[in-house]
Amino acid sequence: MLRTLAVFAAAVLVEGAAAKSVELRNVSYDPTRVFYLEFNAAFAAHWKAKTGDDVVVKQSHGGSGKQARAVIDGLAADVVTLALAGDIDALHEHAQLLPADWQKRLPQNASPYTSTIVLLVRKGNPKAIKDWDDLIKPGVAVITPNPKTSGGARWNYLAAWEYARRKTGSDSGARTFVAALFKNVPVLDSGARGATTTFVQRGIGDVFISWENEAFLALKEFGADKFEIVVPSLSILAEPPVAVVDKVAKKKGTTAVAQAYLEYLYTDAGQDIAGRNYYRPRSPQAAAKYAAQFPQINLFTIDEAFGGWAKVHKTHFADGGVFDQIYSR
Amino acid sequence: MAAGFISQLSTTEPAAGAASIRATRDPAWLRYTLLGAALLFLGLFLVVPLAAVFTEALRRGVGAYFAAFADADALAAIKLTFLAAAIAVPSNLVFGVAAAWAIAKFQFPGKSVLITLIDLPFAVSPVISGLVYVLLFGAQGWFGPWLQAHDLKIIFAVPGIVLATIFVTFPFVARELIPLMQAQGTDEELAALTLGASGWQTFWRVTLPNIKWGLLYGVILCNARAMGEFGAVSVVSGHIRGETNTIPLHVEILYNEYNFVAAFAVASLLALLALVTLGLKSLVEWRARQPVRT
Repeated sequence: MLRTLAVFAAAVLVEGAAAKSVELRNVSYDPTRVFYLEFNAAFAAHWKAKTGDDVVVKQSHGGSGKQARAVIDGLAADVVTLALAGDIDALHEHAQLLPADWQKRLPQNASPYTSTIVLLVRKGNPKAIKDWDDLIKPGVAVITPNPKTSGGARWNYLAAWEYARRKTGSDSGARTFVAALFKNVPVLDSGARGATTTFVQRGIGDVFISWENEAFLALKEFGADKFEIVVPSLSILAEPPVAVVDKVAKKKGTTAVAQAYLEYLYTDAGQDIAGRNYYRPRSPQAAAKYAAQFPQINLFTIDEAFGGWAKVHKTHFADGGVFDQIYSR
Repeated sequence: MAAGFISQLSTTEPAAGAASIRATRDPAWLRYTLLGAALLFLGLFLVVPLAAVFTEALRRGVGAYFAAFADADALAAIKLTFLAAAIAVPSNLVFGVAAAWAIAKFQFPGKSVLITLIDLPFAVSPVISGLVYVLLFGAQGWFGPWLQAHDLKIIFAVPGIVLATIFVTFPFVARELIPLMQAQGTDEELAALTLGASGWQTFWRVTLPNIKWGLLYGVILCNARAMGEFGAVSVVSGHIRGETNTIPLHVEILYNEYNFVAAFAVASLLALLALVTLGLKSLVEWRARQPVRT
């Protein structure tokens, strides 16, 4: 008995001496809060079992554009998990924090999960919102965050734009449509979560253009008897990407664990957590498992419709771009 | 006071009678309407929100209320807030006394510039003051490359939060002391000096006792603002949970995560701090009005 105790104590001591404690910082966008809470715990257990080291992941959340700005200004993130590739491109462009080809370093455009944009309305759909067209009707108050600071809002904007372009057949038609839509927006919050609380908690607005996962989360938190999801006839395939911030991770000596952290997102366990938190998983098995919870939507990608984020950013969201022009009028 | 004045009038001039009372005294309905309006206004804008904070915080019982403070991130936020205040308040105390002493007791060129500079943090939006630090110490800022080369962290770390707090609470102590010291003049100090006291002795035995209540008042206000500051701190924080969140930032996070009970519980801590501050402030005001005992 004593002997076993002694052996056990020795084992614990050896284990204690060998185990390192690593800290990772994940700078993320607004609606991933619950997802990464669950994922971080799973990864910590996985890493402990694999290497014996403890890993603590510290989170920071906010509007995707705002978060990218903070990382550029020196917020030391080992990994970024943002709402769109353009925001991670900015880390390369303005601060050379990672190489230009960062999106090729992980499978599927470095986006381990996808989502899309849907419309959330109040129960019974009192304003009879069925598709994008209904958002520009007079008297319909639309809630969306600010495309200058929020990644989700950019997806919203582009989904509406492409819908109108296909309908009117021209960019100028799309521009008129999106301008009319933003006329119906009473408040522009800086991030998706702020906009959700504006719609859900403060009761402002008739329809909320939302991340699909954020809409599901609102239904779960506040009850399906208060809101309804309206699926538009066309929407955008949103690919929120992830990347190791090379310069920071190298300096802190966390490159290996940061890389393993992101790769774990693609494993069965990671994909399952994504599906459970209403992100559309990439792996066929997890996608099949959660297929029933997601509506069928006709989706287009940003590359096929707009030719990628760099182009979109320059035309629409840069200073003096289309968004500035239509919103200041 | 008006009522007392009226009653005096009517007793010294009984002949004028009821007519003069009516002429000089507002009618009852007007007085009660004004009083009612003031009370309603106070109730709506101060008491109801304050009550709402505590009601929401206790909605799921005392257990849930205290659970909000057991959370590691909440504790870290509370610690950081107290740390920032513990550095900012003494710094501004020393600076405030020095500046007020210089401004009130001496003449020197550039005095009005100094007074204007002290007021700057009141005039500038807190968000701008935060951004200024990002421009100075951010990775792309003036000192950014040097700081990075030496592995020093200012913004998105504790020093940035302390700096931002010091900046926004800068004027409180000095602003409180300058008018007081100017009103007191330099007579007592001059008397002490002619009696052979040194500069330090004059400060400790003459100046400081004269300003102690005003000083305490300034410190209390300074502390309240230091703990409650949101805007400037939000800009330089980076919102890293358990590291760079102060109490007000933590409240926002909890609220945004639909964790309303915890959000209001932590907010009630700030409200309690405010109430304690108000109590202390009244006590100081009351003590300051007492006749000086010799």
